[in-house]
Amino acid sequence: MRTARWVPFFYVGPAVLLMAAACLYPVLTAFQLAGYEWSMGTPWESAQWVGWDNFRLAFGNERVWSSLWTTLLFAAVCVSAEMALGIALALALEHKVRGMAFFRTLFILPMMIAPIAVGLVWRYMFDAQFGPINAALVMVGLEPKTWLADPTLAFAAIVIADIWQWTPFVFIMMIAALANVDSSVIEASRIDGAGWWQMTFRVKLPMIMHVIAITLMMRLIDAFRVLEVVYVLTFGGPGDSTEILSLHIYKTAFVGQQLGVASAISVLLLVVVALLSWGALRLSNPMKDER
Amino acid sequence: MSMKRPLPLVIGHYTMLIVLAVLCVLPILIIFATSLRQQVQIFAEPLNFIFMPTLENYRAVLEEDNLNRYLWNSLFVGIVSTVITLVLGCMAAYGLARFRFPGRQAVAYTTLLLRTVPLAVMAIPVFMIWNQWQLVNSLWGLVLLYVAVNLPFTIWLLYGFVLQVPVELEEAAAIDGCGPIRIFTKVLLPLMAPGLAAASIFTFRIAWNEFILALVLTDRQTRTLPVAASLFITDLGVDWGKVMAIASLIAIPPLIFTFVAARQIISGLTAGAVKG
Repeated sequence: MRTARWVPFFYVGPAVLLMAAACLYPVLTAFQLAGYEWSMGTPWESAQWVGWDNFRLAFGNERVWSSLWTTLLFAAVCVSAEMALGIALALALEHKVRGMAFFRTLFILPMMIAPIAVGLVWRYMFDAQFGPINAALVMVGLEPKTWLADPTLAFAAIVIADIWQWTPFVFIMMIAALANVDSSVIEASRIDGAGWWQMTFRVKLPMIMHVIAITLMMRLIDAFRVLEVVYVLTFGGPGDSTEILSLHIYKTAFVGQQLGVASAISVLLLVVVALLSWGALRLSNPMKDER
Repeated sequence: MSMKRPLPLVIGHYTMLIVLAVLCVLPILIIFATSLRQQVQIFAEPLNFIFMPTLENYRAVLEEDNLNRYLWNSLFVGIVSTVITLVLGCMAAYGLARFRFPGRQAVAYTTLLLRTVPLAVMAIPVFMIWNQWQLVNSLWGLVLLYVAVNLPFTIWLLYGFVLQVPVELEEAAAIDGCGPIRIFTKVLLPLMAPGLAAASIFTFRIAWNEFILALVLTDRQTRTLPVAASLFITDLGVDWGKVMAIASLIAIPPLIFTFVAARQIISGLTAGAVKG
């Protein structure tokens, strides 16, 4: 089709300008702010250029390291549990049955509602005095626990909330991938005498490996972005036992009022997520030229 | 497969599905159930689900706690951001899918990378820039931000849908004398309806649910519902009935969308990774 040269820019221009101004520009500004000492409430003109000092402060701070560790542990535990559960359930339930559409609808409910609502309901569930979980424990004759006041249990609580919200996503991705596997391949391997074990680990899983990899990357990226659920569920406590990096950034900036240092830490988080995203794009770039 | 499955296997299959469904739905039911109970009951018997429902908590939050206003703020921000994102995103997806032009590759890559920026990273610079642009404490400031952060995903999602529309249809329309704008609105848009439905639900969901940027950018007048909800959590104890009433109000629109358009949502979730 012959079109005037300005036509593509007419379509793409408005969106690109808006993203550049209100998304890319703020992200680049984060890098700039990381070089300044600037406290909240003071005008920007009073900010002082300090070079790499904020990074030095950030990397010299034990709480940044413990927060990074908490984030890595959170991401590793949540994502591996969600992947394992999601894949196992999909393999067990891949057979097409009546009513699956209805069940799928119920399964996506947890990821559709607001993270803030997810945080609130789990905070209520884990409430030491009035929470349903403790009430259930007492009913079956077990000791109630002070979930959100104990470092290990509080960490378990944020992990449980994330697993509850996101395992269905992995499950639905895997069900869709398995449904796409060419049934003649399955049939052929069945005729060749493949048992359940071989069928699963030699045929099915290798054939959906690409989708597994993409799902894994998407979950990892999201696990590093988690903030709101933890904000309401524990606010990082008790102590700093659940203070994941994004919450640490928020607190440093808006509670501790050190915007420069917080920006330096956010550059660190941004680099981690950008590397993961780059990896995900290499696996599957939906806008490649060849298409 | 035509093979009939043995009955125990079928029963086992449905039992598992039901158990999983209960696990997914129970916490959401608890939100609604708790919002319909009196505070005294909530404290006295957490596990008793047979009770006289009351709308008292809703009345209390809507009338006494200024929530009426926050509800409208949320609706305004959610709907306006969705409309603008959809119009701009649709145009951009079309431009990227149908034309080759200098800088296309850079735009595509940047868009895809922006999709995953953590909102915690955005919070500080946005707080500063929106102050300079005098967009703090204004609903339009939130709209601008939500349009910008939603565009990458919307463009990416709609791009796939544009590709599914055969170019031949557009060429035929061009031969019939349609200009580029008419081809876009009369040929392409109707065929992309499912994609537009999915994109609008995802955008509305983010704008409606978003908390951390709204917390940083709003005040008593311009707060959205999630921010209002978070302020009910205090060290002095939590009025769970009221909190769950707000959580219910926040949860209702996405739940409605899910039941109405589950198929489109799932196709949006799996887009890019799984064909079909």
